[in-house]
Amino acid sequence: MHIVVCIKQVPDTKNVRIDPDTHTLVRQGVESIVNPFDLFAVEAALKIKDENGARVTVVTMGPPQASEALRDILSLGVDDAVLLSDRAFAGSDTWATSTTLAGAIRKMGDVDIVICGKQAVDGDTAQVGPETAALLDIPYATFVKNIQLLEGGALKVVRQTDEGTEVWKIPMPALVTVIKEIGEPRVPSLRHKMRAKKAEIVVWGAADLGLDTDCVGLCGSFTQVVRVFSPPRRSNRIQIEGSIEEQADQLFQYLKNSKVPGL
Amino acid sequence: MKAIVDKKKCTVCGVCSDACPMGAISLREDHIEISDDCSLCGICVDTCEFGALSLPEVGKGPVADLESYRGVWVYAEWREGEVHKVGHELLSAGRVLADKRGVQLGAVLLGSGLENGIAEELISYGADTVYVVDRPELAHFTDETYAKSLVELIRRERPEILLAGATSMGRSFIPRVAASLQTGLTADCTELDISDEGLLLQTRPAFGGNIMATIICPNRRPQMATVRPKVMKPVKAPGRQGRIERVELPEECFKGRVEVLEVIPEQDRTAKLTEADVIVSGGRGLRKAENFDLLEELAGLVNGAVGASRGAVEEGWIAPSHQVGQTGRTVAPTLYMAVGLAGAIQHLVGMQGSQVIVAVNKDPHAPIFDVATYGIVADLFEFIPAFVKRIRKERGERAQ
Repeated sequence: MHIVVCIKQVPDTKNVRIDPDTHTLVRQGVESIVNPFDLFAVEAALKIKDENGARVTVVTMGPPQASEALRDILSLGVDDAVLLSDRAFAGSDTWATSTTLAGAIRKMGDVDIVICGKQAVDGDTAQVGPETAALLDIPYATFVKNIQLLEGGALKVVRQTDEGTEVWKIPMPALVTVIKEIGEPRVPSLRHKMRAKKAEIVVWGAADLGLDTDCVGLCGSFTQVVRVFSPPRRSNRIQIEGSIEEQADQLFQYLKNSKVPGL
Repeated sequence: MKAIVDKKKCTVCGVCSDACPMGAISLREDHIEISDDCSLCGICVDTCEFGALSLPEVGKGPVADLESYRGVWVYAEWREGEVHKVGHELLSAGRVLADKRGVQLGAVLLGSGLENGIAEELISYGADTVYVVDRPELAHFTDETYAKSLVELIRRERPEILLAGATSMGRSFIPRVAASLQTGLTADCTELDISDEGLLLQTRPAFGGNIMATIICPNRRPQMATVRPKVMKPVKAPGRQGRIERVELPEECFKGRVEVLEVIPEQDRTAKLTEADVIVSGGRGLRKAENFDLLEELAGLVNGAVGASRGAVEEGWIAPSHQVGQTGRTVAPTLYMAVGLAGAIQHLVGMQGSQVIVAVNKDPHAPIFDVATYGIVADLFEFIPAFVKRIRKERGERAQ
């Protein structure tokens, strides 16, 4: 059993705050972290490894310093790490990213399960998992909160949808994207930390994946950002003062005038 | 590749350096330097008032035969026997785009046992043609069967734009449709427009909602976007005329590798956060589980749902299905009341699309006030009962 976990290094949004005057991001002191949802993906893979035995490989696309993120993941007990790094990968949209990840998974050859976080917290698109599965032409399930191995090379997954939950049977090789209910990520162990420090991280570029540089990065992207701007400021906040009763009454009147349903 | 600097125009003012989310721009004595960390996001380009920054050209890949694609389509999500409201919202938004472009508006219905009434309703919201694929295999959603059916329809009819709801269904299978058609997809749009050349201008929040980005798909068709529910306004025009086309697709479209074993609808109605018009959310300020009864009472009174911050969920005061924010649900109700909730950035990204935000907090410096429409500095244990009493008074009910 070979499980591949795809991760992304993202800015730590915990430290990102909005400047109340300019309403823009204050980025001072923002560090890079592993996308929180990807930690759930790693946990999902390690759980399967604990229960059934499996080799787990973590892969990311990013600049050379993304190898730090890979070492963090190795220290959790993941076996191998692959860094997809090439100047040609810069500026990838979700399609170009998926093309690159699919290329790496194809090169590994023997993959049974691919696990991704449901989305990355910087872009929040939730597209790379499904697009990667589509490119590999393997079945997938999104927003999964439980994975169980079935006899005969299939997975039983529980999905969380807007309407409730769904239980699917899905043959391997398959891709799943997971949500936090899959289980809290474990903490690194000393033994794995030592190993992670020394571990060799494989680096693949476009040529290693057999990908033409026109198919990846900005060149291979279908979408293009044409404008970036701060969100329109909320109309100035109205501070409601007075006694508790006066505050309750004023709020009630305001909400009634705003035609809030139910009031 | 990285952003390109025109050294003649650059004044080394440093604005771009502060704005760069990758920290890739450093200031030197007489020029700026862009490191390999540049992700080509383009944020610097927009912040530079001297026009000194630009991005290398995008998408040298194959260009689709753009002229052969015509019309705007909306995927009208059908689930549990009815069309999701976002389908109506998108038809009304799609109508505006189609009229601007002078083309037809199509709606796609996939499912099983789809009566004509459902399709007729889509016409009343703006569709000229409703394409109906009605098959027992489509009774339950799976990504493969739904994607293959929609891809086949798009290949036949060649719409230039496809819009779908950014629901758990749309966010799951629309990426597969885009990948199969080898075209671009923009997720979670909150604003749509169309340029004179027919380019769909897709605006969406990024970096946790702190930045808005407008995205185009210049060389591929259809231009695809998922759109957040409750952002567009549904406009009904009863008596509108349109055509219902029941479509036969090849058997292959209905074959998938996934087997649906069970579908369990959410029992707890109050947890249906994403559909509620009013959400009353509590945070650590609630102090204990029983105090959520206060919010339940208020929510029940206005037919709303109860939400919670991550803190309250972690304390075990309320089930995780109520959590709003980055690791919970993204919501955009008409009214969001944040009660005893500080407003960490992770919470704000999940609710700042709400139309009216009311913040009730003892701490006047709580970040939640920064996004609030109405701010109330008060003890929630005094204010909420007073507010409930005020609503009851209006209705001539006696306080309980």
